[in-house]
Amino acid sequence: MNITVDVNELNTEFIVKLKGEIDAYTAPKLRESLFPISEQENVSITIDLTEVSYMDSTGLGVFVGAFKSVRAHNGEFTLVGLSERLRRLFDITGLADIIDIKSGTEGGLE
Amino acid sequence: MDIRENMEKKYHEALSTYLKDQNEQALYQGQKISRLHIKYNISPEEIISMHKNNLMELYPELPGKVLDSFDFLLEVMMGYGIAYREHQSLRHQQQELKTEIEIAANVQHTLLETEIPDIKALEIGAISVPARQMNGDYYHFVQDENERIGVGIADVIGKGIPAALCMSMIKYAMDSLPEHRHEPNSVLESLNRVVEHNVDPSMFITMFYGLYDPHDRLFSYASAGHEPGFYYDAATGTFSDLDAKGLLLGVDKKTRYRQYEKKVNRGDMIILLSDGVTECRTNDGFIEGKRLLVSLKRICICKPRKW
Repeated sequence: MNITVDVNELNTEFIVKLKGEIDAYTAPKLRESLFPISEQENVSITIDLTEVSYMDSTGLGVFVGAFKSVRAHNGEFTLVGLSERLRRLFDITGLADIIDIKSGTEGGLE
Repeated sequence: MDIRENMEKKYHEALSTYLKDQNEQALYQGQKISRLHIKYNISPEEIISMHKNNLMELYPELPGKVLDSFDFLLEVMMGYGIAYREHQSLRHQQQELKTEIEIAANVQHTLLETEIPDIKALEIGAISVPARQMNGDYYHFVQDENERIGVGIADVIGKGIPAALCMSMIKYAMDSLPEHRHEPNSVLESLNRVVEHNVDPSMFITMFYGLYDPHDRLFSYASAGHEPGFYYDAATGTFSDLDAKGLLLGVDKKTRYRQYEKKVNRGDMIILLSDGVTECRTNDGFIEGKRLLVSLKRICICKPRKW
């Protein structure tokens, strides 16, 4: 079980590609990578989940935390490349209504 | 004879036996001694010093350089000795923590205990199996003076001790709600404010709250991002999702929750669960909703309390 976090930065725009599994073991690493970015003013973060094979509710907690922090600092937070299973997680929890989510290949980043 | 002298004697005997005829039996004595050394906290450098003394005694004519080499080896092994003592002290600390967690788990169990209401109109059953020692799931029943039954089921995002502590807070927030505030949407709205205000920003709670009124057989419910339950319609023999939309507790303090209603007929069944069920990974992947329904159909003929 592992995760790789690949951050690409262009001015205040960040594209974060995640690969692997997000669970209680890998969530701290993800949190450490995302939180410093989310606390900058007017930042735009796009997180690509195309290669995330598994995510549990701990991972959800990390994204909600990052989303709240970005929103508090007037930034933009977008999730792309969600599989059907991940999409369901965001739908059930009501997060799909407040977080900008682009599902499947529609939003997948090259 | 103290332990150390005794150990030295044992070492001496085993070593000389082995040096006399190198057989398996004598070598096995070495393994036994090693276990004894661990038991009596004898460090690696002490063993080397013991070995050197034995050699000097058994072979007085041994070249001095060979003996000197043991002093060198002893220095090298010093680091292992320190690491070993650290390991011992960590093991001790771990044991202490384990005991504390066991006590905490018992306290939590007592705090979160709920009594399943006993009324003629309903049959109620519940089961909760923690993934670890402390449980992050929670369910609670309340019965008011009008015989209405309230049921809350919640799950803290994140497992382990912090989640479990958080659950106790939810319980006390619920207990302090006034009697007339047991409408599902207002329960969730009150708890949402408590969680938003008090809990770490990356910790959230999913919760479902339902209220059944046996007088008009109406089940009203609301959900804060909780895994949908199932509804069994006895007339048609079919299950359907108990859909309800709503945001997780603790994200936005202004969240309003929609309340849904369902008329319950004789023989119908309401099944609520936490995402511990659908998130559980088995050898064949996840437990999918469809598979869950197959199992539910099989057990729905049983009495709920016997689950």
